[in-house]
This record gives sequence, C-alpha cells and structure tokens, in this order.
Amino acid sequence: MSFPILSLMLAIPAVAAVACLFLSASAARWTALAATLIDLALGVVLWTSFDVGGAQWQFVEYAPVFGRFAWALGIDGYALLLIALSVFLMPICIGASWQAIEKRVPEYMAAFLLTEVLMIGTFAAQDLFLFYIFFEAGLIPMFLIIGIWGGVNRIYASYKFFLYTLLGSLLMFIAMLYMSITAGTTSIPVLLNYDFPPQVQTWLWLAFFASFAVKMPMWPVHTWLPDAHVQAPTAGSVILAGVLLKLGGYGFLRFSLPMFPEASASLVWLVFGLSAVAVIYTSLVALVQSDMKKLIAYSSVAHMAIVTIGLFAFNAQGIEGAMMVMLGHGLVSGALFLCVGVIYDRLHTREISRYGGLAINMPRYAILFLLFTMASIGLPGTSNFVGELLSLMGTYKVSTTIALLCTTGIILGAAYMLYLYRRVVWGEITSEEVRAMPDLSARELWLLVPIAAAVLWMGVYPESFLAPMRKDTQILLARIERARPAGDSRPTKGTGIVPAAHAETPATGHEAPGSAH
Amino acid sequence: MTSILFIVFLPLVAAIVAGFANKSFGATLPKVVTTGALFVSCALSWPVFIGFLAGSSEATVTPVLHFMTSGTFDVSWALRVDALTAVMLVVITSVSALVHLYSWGYMSEEPDQPRFFAYLSLFTFAMLMLVTADNLIQMFFGWEGVGLASYLLIGFWFRKPSANAAAIKAFVVNRVGDLGFMLGIFGTYLVFDTVSIPAILAAAPTMGGSTIGFLWFRADTMTVICLLLFVGAMGKSAQLGLHTWLPDAMEGPTPVSALIHAATMVTAGVFMVCRLSPMFEMSPTAMGFITFIGAATCLFAATVGTTQTDIKRVIAYSTCSQLGYMFFAAGVGAYGAAMFHLFTHAFFKALLFLGAGSVIHAMHHEQDMRYYGGLRKAIPVTFWAMLLGTLAITGVGIYGIGGFAGYHSKDAIIEVAWAGGAPVASMVGVFAALLTSFYSWRLMFLTFWGEPRWAASEHIQHALHDAHGHDAHDDHAHAHDGQAHDGHAHGHDDHADEAHHGVAAQEDAGHAPHVDARGFNDMPKGTGGYHPHESPLVMLIPLILLSVGAVAAGFVFHGFFIDPESAGGFWKGALFFNEHLMHEMHEVPLFVKLSATVVMLTGLLIAWAAYIRSPSFPAKFADTFQPIYQFLLRKWYFDELYNFLFVRPAFAIGRVLWHRGDEGTIDRFGPNGSAWVVQLGSRVAGRLQTGYVYTYAFVMLIGLTAAITWAIAG
Repeated sequence: MSFPILSLMLAIPAVAAVACLFLSASAARWTALAATLIDLALGVVLWTSFDVGGAQWQFVEYAPVFGRFAWALGIDGYALLLIALSVFLMPICIGASWQAIEKRVPEYMAAFLLTEVLMIGTFAAQDLFLFYIFFEAGLIPMFLIIGIWGGVNRIYASYKFFLYTLLGSLLMFIAMLYMSITAGTTSIPVLLNYDFPPQVQTWLWLAFFASFAVKMPMWPVHTWLPDAHVQAPTAGSVILAGVLLKLGGYGFLRFSLPMFPEASASLVWLVFGLSAVAVIYTSLVALVQSDMKKLIAYSSVAHMAIVTIGLFAFNAQGIEGAMMVMLGHGLVSGALFLCVGVIYDRLHTREISRYGGLAINMPRYAILFLLFTMASIGLPGTSNFVGELLSLMGTYKVSTTIALLCTTGIILGAAYMLYLYRRVVWGEITSEEVRAMPDLSARELWLLVPIAAAVLWMGVYPESFLAPMRKDTQILLARIERARPAGDSRPTKGTGIVPAAHAETPATGHEAPGSAH
Repeated sequence: MTSILFIVFLPLVAAIVAGFANKSFGATLPKVVTTGALFVSCALSWPVFIGFLAGSSEATVTPVLHFMTSGTFDVSWALRVDALTAVMLVVITSVSALVHLYSWGYMSEEPDQPRFFAYLSLFTFAMLMLVTADNLIQMFFGWEGVGLASYLLIGFWFRKPSANAAAIKAFVVNRVGDLGFMLGIFGTYLVFDTVSIPAILAAAPTMGGSTIGFLWFRADTMTVICLLLFVGAMGKSAQLGLHTWLPDAMEGPTPVSALIHAATMVTAGVFMVCRLSPMFEMSPTAMGFITFIGAATCLFAATVGTTQTDIKRVIAYSTCSQLGYMFFAAGVGAYGAAMFHLFTHAFFKALLFLGAGSVIHAMHHEQDMRYYGGLRKAIPVTFWAMLLGTLAITGVGIYGIGGFAGYHSKDAIIEVAWAGGAPVASMVGVFAALLTSFYSWRLMFLTFWGEPRWAASEHIQHALHDAHGHDAHDDHAHAHDGQAHDGHAHGHDDHADEAHHGVAAQEDAGHAPHVDARGFNDMPKGTGGYHPHESPLVMLIPLILLSVGAVAAGFVFHGFFIDPESAGGFWKGALFFNEHLMHEMHEVPLFVKLSATVVMLTGLLIAWAAYIRSPSFPAKFADTFQPIYQFLLRKWYFDELYNFLFVRPAFAIGRVLWHRGDEGTIDRFGPNGSAWVVQLGSRVAGRLQTGYVYTYAFVMLIGLTAAITWAIAG
C-alpha cells in the first residue's frame, strides 16, 4: 500500500475541526484556513500523481474494521474531480466567512472542516456503509450551519431540508442492507460488477433514486433548496450548491447506473420527464423571484436537470457532459452565491429591488459578476458551456424531444440571469446606501478571481478535466452497454439520390467540399 | 500561415489590455492599443484576400489548441482560411479598424472609453473566430461571443433603461435562434459522427434519401438538420420572426450599429449558410424555406423602413431588408451572389451608419429626421459620403456599363433569383428595391434638403439653452445622451416588472413614434440659432474610405464573386458555386435586368415628389391610409404580439408555478404536511423534542450506527 494520502486528507481537517473548538475566534479562523489550504495542496498532489488512463481505482487503502465493514478508500477519475472541486472551494468558503461570521466562530469553523471531511470521505469511500455514513452525516454540519448561523427563518429551512433528505436516506439504507446481504459484500468495486436480477434492480434503483433525487434536487422534491439557500450563510450556500448538490449526481453515477443498468434503462423516461419539467418549471419560477439567492437556487435546480439527463443518456457525451456540468455548476453557482454575499455583507438584504447601478461604483464587481452570469447561461468559453453542450448532445442521441425541451434552458436561463444582472448591476444607483458601497476588497478578489480563472480554464481547455474521467466512462459504458436504450433519431443511410432542385448541377459542385481540405 | 494568428488574436490581446488598463491609465492607451491592433489585423488581412484574388492561395488550417474529446466527439481550436474566410477577414478587419478610428471622435466625450474600445476589439476577435472556424463548435463559440459583445455594446449606456432592455432582448431573441443552431449541431454530430466542417461537407452529398426521426415524426435527414441550423442563422441575421431585436439594438452607440448591426455580426447567418452550402444543397425543402424567409424579410423590413422617423431605425430596417436579399440569393443556390452582396453591403451600410452618426453628432444627438432638414451645406463631407452610400444601396448604374456597389450585387440577386426558378422572390426583390430607393431618398431629403426644422428639437434646445452653443459644453453631451435621451418618452422605471423585460422592450427602445405624431412638414421651421458642425477628421476619414468601397466594390470585384467563368477559380470550393446557374443569370429576360434600375428611379421620383415638391403630401397620405400607416409604423405589431404571446405569459406562468405549484402544492402536502405529522408525533414522544432540528440528525446517526453494526455483525 502506498502513502495513505486520502486518509491524510480526511485527517487534517478532522484534527483541525477538533482543535478549533478549543481555540479563540481568530485562531480558529487561521487554523481552518491553514487546514483547508493544506488539503488543497494535497488535492493538487493527488491530481498530479493520478495516473490518467491507468488503473481504475487508485490510491487504494484497505483496513478491515470489524465484520465485513472496512476502512476502504480509493478513487477513480470521477471521484478525483469531485474531490478537487471540494478542496478548491473549501478555503474560499473559509475566506468568505472571515468577517461575515461573528457568532460562535470556533464551532462554525469546526462545522465547515467537518463538512470537508465528510465530502471527501463520500467521494473516496469504497465500502457501501462507509459511503453511507459519510453521505448522510454530511447533512449534520449543514443542519448546524443553517440552523445556527442562518437567517431569520433558519429553523423552518433546516427542518424542511432534514425532512426531505431523511425519507430518501432511509430507503437507500434499506436497499444497501439488502444488497450487502444478497451479494455478500460491501465493497463498491465488487458491487459495480454484480448483476442483480432486473426486477430486484427496479426496487433497488427506486430506493436509491429516492435519496439521490432529493439531493440533486430533482423536481418535485426540490423545494427544500431555495429555503435552505436563502437561510444559509454565504459560505453555507457555496458549499451546498458547490459540493452537496453533486452528491446526488455522483450517486447516480456510482450506484444507479453501473449497479442497476437494466433498471436505469427502463426508468429513463422517469428521469427524463422529471428533468424536462424541472428545466422549464424552475426556470420560469426563477424569472419571477425578487430574492437573489432564491433566483440562483432555482437556477441550480434547472442546471442539475441537465446533469440527470446527461447521466441517463447512456453515452460518453452525456455522462462526461453531466460531470462537466457538475464541476462547472459547482464553481459558477458557488461564485454567484459569493457575489450575492459580497453585496449582502454591505447592505444586508437580498432583495433585488434594493440594488441597482452597481456598475457605477463597483466596476470590478460588475465584471466578475458578468463573467459568472455568462458562465451560468452557458456562454462558450466558460465551463458550463462544455458541460451543457456535451450533456444535451448526448441526450439528443436518445430523445430529440427531451433534448429540445431541455435546450430551451439556454433561452430561459439567459432571460432570468440577464434580468437579474440588469436589475442589480445596470441602471441608476437606487439609493445613497447603495452609492456608499465600496468595490471588492482584496480579500473578496482572492475569493472570486481563482474561481473565475478555473471557469475560463474549463471553458477553453476542458481537456484537462475530461482526460481523467475518460477511462472511467469507457468502463461504465462497457458495463451499461447491454441496456442502452435506442434513440429516436435512427437515421437511415443515404440512397445517393441527389435532390431534384439541383440535379443538373455541373461537376464543380461535387468537388466543392473535397477540395476545401 | 502565421499571419492569421496575429489577425485573430491581436484584437483579443488588445481587448484584454484595454479592459485591464481601465481608467487608471487614461483613455489614450486603450484607444491606441485597440485601434493599432485592428489596423495591423487589417493590414495583414488584405494580403490574404489578395492572395485568393490572384488565385495563388490555397485553403489552410492553422491548429491552435486541442479543445475537447468525449467519446468520438473530438474538437480542436483551429483557424481555417479559404476564399470565403478571406472575404470575411477583409470585411471585418477593415470596417472594424475604421469604426475604431471613427470612435475616437464619436466617443470623445464619453467618460468610459476604455470599456468601449475593449468591447469593440473583443467583438472583432469573436467575429474572427466565427469566420475562421473549422468546426461547428468553434463557429458556435464565435457566434455566441459576438452575441456577448453585441449585448455589452447595446447596453453600453447601462444607466439607460431602454438600452438595458434592448441589450437583453438582443441576447434572448438570439438565444431562440441558438436553440435551433445547437439542435442542428446535435443532429449533425448524430448523423455524421463529427463536427468538423470539411468532413461534414464531404459526407453531405451521400445523404440524399436518408430519413431521420425528430420529435414525433420522421423526415428527410438533411432537411431536418439544415432547417435547425437555419433557425440559428435567422436569429443572428434578424430574419422575419426573429428580427425584433435588431431595430432596438440601435440603442447602442452608432459606431457599434455600423460595425455589428450592419456590416459584420448580422451577416453571420448568411456566412453560415454559405459555409455549409453543400449541406443546404442537399435539401430543396430547406432551400425553399430560406428563399421564402429571405424574400419575406426583404419585403417586410423595407415596408417598415418607409415610415420610421428615427434615422438609425430606417437604416436598421434597411439592413434587415438587405439581409433578406442575401438569404434569398443563398436560397436559390447563388451563394457567390449572397457573399457578394454581403461584401458590398458591408461597405455602403457601414458608410450610411457612420454618416448617420456624423449627422447625429452634428445635431447634438437628435436622431429624429423630422427635426433635420437643410443640412447639406452645414455638413458637406457627411452629405457627400451619405449621398454615395445612397447611390450604392439604391443600385445606381447604367445597364451594360456599370455602377455603384449595390447595382452589381443587388441586381445580380434579382436576376439570379429569376434564373434559379424563384420568379416570385425575384419580383419581391424588385418591389423591395423600389421601397429601398424610396426610404433611402426619403432619408436623404428629410436630412439634407428642405428647410431646417431644428428649432423644435429638445436636443437642440437643450444645446442652445443649457450650453450656449455646441462646442462649449461638449463634455457632458454624450453622457447626457446616455441618460436623459429617452427620459421624456417614458417615465416608468424599474418596477421589477415584465414590462421592462426582454421582448417587452419595444416601449423603451429608441424614439417611440407616438411621442410626437406630427409629420415632418408640421414641424416649426428654422434653425433656432443652432449651428451644426462638421465632424472631426478622425470621423471623416472612415467616411471617405468607406465611400471608396461603396463606389468601387461592385465593379472591381464582381468578376471574382459571381462571374461564371472566373469565380470558380476564386472560391475554389470554399462554397458551393453553381456555374450553370450563374450562366443562366445572364440569360434572364431584359425586363428583369432593367426592372431594378427602373424601380430605383421610380423610388427616387416618388421620394422627390413627396418630400421636396409637395411636402404636405406624406401627412395627407398617412391620414388617408391610417390603418396601413399605423401597421407599418408599429412594425407589423411584432413586438406587441410577442409580448402578448411569450413575455407576459412567461412571467404569469412563473408566478403561478411558484405560488400554486411549489408553495401551494408541493410544500403544502410535502414537508409542511409531514412536518405537522412529525410535530404531533414528537409531542407524544415528549421530551425528545428539544426544538432544535439537529437533534434529529444525531438520533438518525445513532440509529444508523446501531443498524450497521447489526448488519455487519450478522
């Protein structure tokens, strides 16, 4: 066994979390920042030493605990990218809370560090129950963050959040128990190649779906998200949108598709239907929001629907596109929540109508907010375009109707985001309070500029992010190929008959395309 | 071909430098950097073009960077240069360089110049990426990139509600087209398993007779794909149905209108159809549709252009109409003719816009032609430039000898449409040419002839009362234009209401015609003591250079673009060149060949009769045919219709889904309902309920750990 870098990445924030509880506010801040930065550095090491195209599972660690339960860690390309996203966003979250949080700072920092442990653990777990513990326990610090440091309605919001996720996780837990008993193992890599009978698959698939659909969130179990976002502190929203929303997609990718391919194929209609509704429904709802965070929260639901359709497209573009949307959305929606946080810290309101004309006194803010707005609506050259393009392209191969319905998201997305931008950033300054708002501080630039750089990098050279997952996609596709649904396009071969209108065209026409090489 | 790297990326570098230099460096550095970069790009572009004219250049592809690979989907950034690209290169870089230069004068009073020049250069970069694309994805990148730049430049005066609304409208309406473009790309990839343009074009001729499923039906494969792609072209090129954003885009500064909304970006749709012409050739249905839409737009926009009073709007509708010509030329298979008109149009339309800008500059930002009149003597250079532009657009020429740019390119389209089996489109083109001549001369007569009607203009009055003359208070003039310009037309501000959103922008955009319904002849005569000044040299030089293009582009280049004998050697397969059709074009009946010239003269005559000889006639005419007049003045009620059909319902449905759907149904029966059950249960359970939700979480964790222990141990 090589150096246990994954365990180390879990241990550092865990130790720091405990330490924070015994420290003063300012010491806790610095401790948390240091711990998250060390994890970020380890994340970089992890990525650079990841053998692209090598073994499926790398950095594997295995230590039996008791019974079949083991401390089993290991990552593939998908997990690597999501861990990278988590460790990248974490220091930014700590930085975003630097001044905004004044109450019970040590506990707050501990909660964030604990979240980081649990997120990394979820992506790295190779044991079914280890995964379950990380996956579900991830909610606890989030409850605390919303419930203690949240807004006025925080109790209701965390309650709603909890109720939704509870039901789903119970069903998933029962399914996991059944699987471990039937298959005689709790090892995820083994289960990935275990064939459950198709009728059993359907029940198991539905049980997992109950949990993942809530986490995504998919329509109609999405209503916890706007409330949770609105009430959560800025950094809470960043981590919620940036990483926690990716758990559902990761779950589909890791469990539903490879473990239950037949069930996945037979229930594609359900996923596609709910996703198409979500894109149009939540985009229209986003259009009429007057609260900035709610607007972005609803837009997240629409974007996550692009993830689900891509995953269930059963082809490379769909799956890799879905992953790219997850990564891109993690960065962009996180950045958008930071942008909201920046002005919330100044004016203490999220009401869109209270703002206006920020381009006049906050030009740097206006530029960055513009970049993230454009990324959110999938402008080519930004991260989200790559994901949306691939995901929708993959979907088109399965269902042109669903692809058409979901592609309307590019129109509706542009409408609600540009409408938001216009009301907040353009126009005349609405009040003296707004006029007094200073432009981005150095600290805020340090939070936003790295995300901006990552967004552009992903948009211009997405190959860096596609390469690590290519092999995993091949393996996954080989596994689910047998269940792949036929598309509705099914083009026939050309008969070589030249259409009537220009049948008499002379020879120059035929050499036209060829000579252009 | 390393020069192409400089041509394309210099504007990007300049945009970044200008953008970051911002105010701290003053305005000069960004202006010098961006304008300098564009002139270098332009200087490098002409040799490329000349190489193709001379027949010595071959198509090249310069790789830049790998973009992405996913399964069989493989895309790279690369710069393709062939004859078609070369044409676009000179159009884009020449007009852009001149517009940069012109903006030194036009935007000189603007406090935010670095931002403006950065946007202009960014636009140029995106446009160059579009025309050098070797695959559909890079084309889409450029396509959306120019959309972004257009959005930013239309909304350049971001304090002004009407500019904001117009910017959003432009972006969103274009996105409707992009929906089609994207689905077209998906379909293309599905069928051809590649998005590389040469590979697609090579495979396209084998696709005859193939069918494909789409939505609920099956249809001819190439028809489905081409129609989807064409929807994208319709959005970008403001064709009927998706044209509503273009007139409103006139909210942007006038140099922007000249560059983006006349010469370059709006022609991207035509370029796309020409670039993919071997695909479109495979679908007579799609070609028929393109012809129909082109002809319909050509006619529609020309009719609306005859009634508008805002000088920029007249030219905007004119642009829309001319784009229609290009499309129906493409629709009958005469891609060379479409590109030729694109090429000449770029010069004379940019000239007309920049000339209009010079007039607006002289008239202290008054854009309503009813307040113009008699400007011929006051601004002679502008007058002569616009006169040449008008001669070019109306197609003045002598049969058998030659004429101004439009004479060669527009008349060719009318003839080729006849020859290509679309006599109706051809005659629609002739009628539109009559209207073109009428509205163009109407513009000229209202602006430069007659008596001055300046006194009643609020802008002029503002200049006189506030500033005691134009020059003394130049400093705030443009900033003022940005804010108060339209304040009198509509007082409603941001009530976060749909009335301001997107397609609803009509009320906000530009000079609403209902502000003052008087005809031009009812305006009080007189200068009011105002003295218009000719524009500075930096603005006149571009006008003069573009005038050369408007005069000469037609007869110098027609051999290369459309001549059946020599054009094939120029295009070298960069587009589908139908020699046979171009031969037939010369054999159309004489009345077709002469009709364009005849209607050009007729239009001139009518305009002269109505606006010079008996100036009371237009108002009487409008009164007599009030319904028709209103129909045209209100632009066929497209904005009202779209507002009613799409914008208001979108907001209304959004509200219903939110309140009735999310809150009234899902929450009510979901979490709120179950929360009530849980509360009841916990009241029974008594002390367990502490009021803090997270206790539940710990309970869950404890239960879970126990369960796992049981499961594993058992």
